[in-house]
Amino acid sequence: MSVLVVAEHLRGQIRDVTRELITAGRELGPVTVAVIAQDPGSLVDAVNIDGVTEIVTVTIGAGEFENDTYQAAVEALIADRKPRVTLLGFTVNSMGYGPAAAVKLGLGFASDVHGIALEGDAVVATRSFYGSKVNAELEFPGAEGVMLLLRPTVWSPAEGVGDASVAALEVVAAPSRARHREVVEATTSSDVDITQADFLLSIGRGIGDKENVEMFQELAAKMGATLSVSRPLVDAGWMPSSRQVGQSGKTVKPSVYLAFGISGAVQHLAGMKASGTIIAINTDPEAAIFNVAQYGAKADLFDVAEELEKLY
Amino acid sequence: MKTVVCIKQVLQLGDEVEFTDDGLDVDPDYLDPALNEWDSFATEEALQLRERLGGEVVLVTCGSKASEAALRRCLAMGADRAIRIEGVDRDPFSVARALAEVVSAENADLVLCGVQSSDAVQAATGTALAELLDLPRAAVVTKVDYDAGARTAVVDRELEGGLVDRVEIDTPAVLTIQTGINEPRYANLRAIKQAEQVEIDVRNAAGGGAPAYRVRKMFVPDRGEGAEMIDGSPAEIAARIASIVKERLV
Ligand SMILES: Cc1cc2nc3c(=O)[nH]c(=O)nc-3n(C[C@H](O)[C@H](O)[C@H](O)COP(=O)(O)OP(=O)(O)OC[C@H]3O[C@@H](n4cnc5c(N)ncnc54)[C@H](O)[C@@H]3O)c2cc1C
Repeated sequence: MSVLVVAEHLRGQIRDVTRELITAGRELGPVTVAVIAQDPGSLVDAVNIDGVTEIVTVTIGAGEFENDTYQAAVEALIADRKPRVTLLGFTVNSMGYGPAAAVKLGLGFASDVHGIALEGDAVVATRSFYGSKVNAELEFPGAEGVMLLLRPTVWSPAEGVGDASVAALEVVAAPSRARHREVVEATTSSDVDITQADFLLSIGRGIGDKENVEMFQELAAKMGATLSVSRPLVDAGWMPSSRQVGQSGKTVKPSVYLAFGISGAVQHLAGMKASGTIIAINTDPEAAIFNVAQYGAKADLFDVAEELEKLY
Repeated sequence: MKTVVCIKQVLQLGDEVEFTDDGLDVDPDYLDPALNEWDSFATEEALQLRERLGGEVVLVTCGSKASEAALRRCLAMGADRAIRIEGVDRDPFSVARALAEVVSAENADLVLCGVQSSDAVQAATGTALAELLDLPRAAVVTKVDYDAGARTAVVDRELEGGLVDRVEIDTPAVLTIQTGINEPRYANLRAIKQAEQVEIDVRNAAGGGAPAYRVRKMFVPDRGEGAEMIDGSPAEIAARIASIVKERLV
């Protein structure tokens, strides 16, 4: 089964998810990696990994990702190489062009995929629904090709030097209708660096009210932990973004991650699931956070916090 | 200035689950409806554009009669009118095709969608819709800088790790809106009551076109080892947590 992997890069660096896609791809068949960039030659070595048989470079005008350009390039690659499966990361960039290319080309499509199986010649993808509480197997009857956006950090990054051939594909793209201007750094503040903390006490929407933040700040201080949060608390302006754990926040790996009232959405888990020991408190025993936690308690977070307070 | 906002009524699963007889979805009795979180931000963004530039905010959803509750929440926030499309499959391509038919006839200046829906997390509908409408698009938008009559807008796309990609985009365009872009307003009681009275324009989907996928089986995943659940009173739970923390922080 032929596989096309679209490499993702930012500021001249191949992103980790690309090597994960190669791992997933080489389990299915020979892998072609597409490098779409202003100077793709500089990125070729980084994707010449064991299991990659071919690297195809597409030279574009833009210095960074632009969705029209990527879409045109990926459509040309699919028309030319006719892969059965095209793999992209389930990333912000892919969200901007993957579904567009797939619906246009009539490909089968699924995103946030965390399992792939082959049944004869048919691809079966597994993904979750309803707050990651149930899984579904998806099939793509009648589709000549399938595009899957794979959840990051599920497959391990591929290693080992490969001996892929390198070819170039010329793609004439219409001018981009959405043009990259600049990459702006996340606003840095003088706040603590949660990535350096060995013990994070993390709170989510379950705390209910802004007034309750302070109590957890105090509890964290007492326990010797650093306070971190899930995204809704930052969206609501209750805490600065420097404290946010997750895909669009910080990736953390403390020895202990103690979570109060966090459901365990994919984008949150992406930032903390590599923590040493995860302990989660949630009133919902089916919350997805319990899938990655080593210890859990089905309890009201305020009751547990109150009792913890007494112990420190 | 006309803005179309595509919204979805999501279905939330509690702590118990049963599947439908065919095993392809969760039994609706176990699902609670809600307005998709991302869509409240998209609606708010459209309302703020209208406050600044005048014009109209039009809502569109695909779903059964029950999903009108989500439309009425956004009407109560201040949207002008609402369209519901019946008989659409739930995969993102079927939804995008149905939306495209209705949205294209609106000739909007901007089309806003949520980045994703919380019950399916596919982040696909808005981008597929843009393709079907042949419009420029930007995904995961955290800032919109747009002036009436301008041919372009400047938008911020939020990348991983909090980096921001600033993009100049031709308009009309489709933007998928990220949470935190604004502070969605609460509707007051009077507005909620008024929204109950608004007539919703119901259309039927033309259908056709291949779905993105077909669900062949839905099931509760094997949790593997899963978490060791600590039982007992809050005091007992707290004591156990304290001892685990102490043991792990050498
Ligand atoms: C592109 C993109 C990037 C994103 N990046 C991030 C990111 O970096 N970080 C992030 O966190 N999210 C991110 N998100 C958002 C993510 O999808 C979720 O919406 C978010 O993580 C939910 O946060 P939460 O778990 O705090 O809230 P919810 O999902 O609302 O969960 C609250 C939990 O609290 C529990 N609870 C309620 N009351 C109590 C109580 N009294 N006692 C105990 N438990 C209680 C509930 O059972 C529930 O499980 C991103 C989304 C997108 C689309």
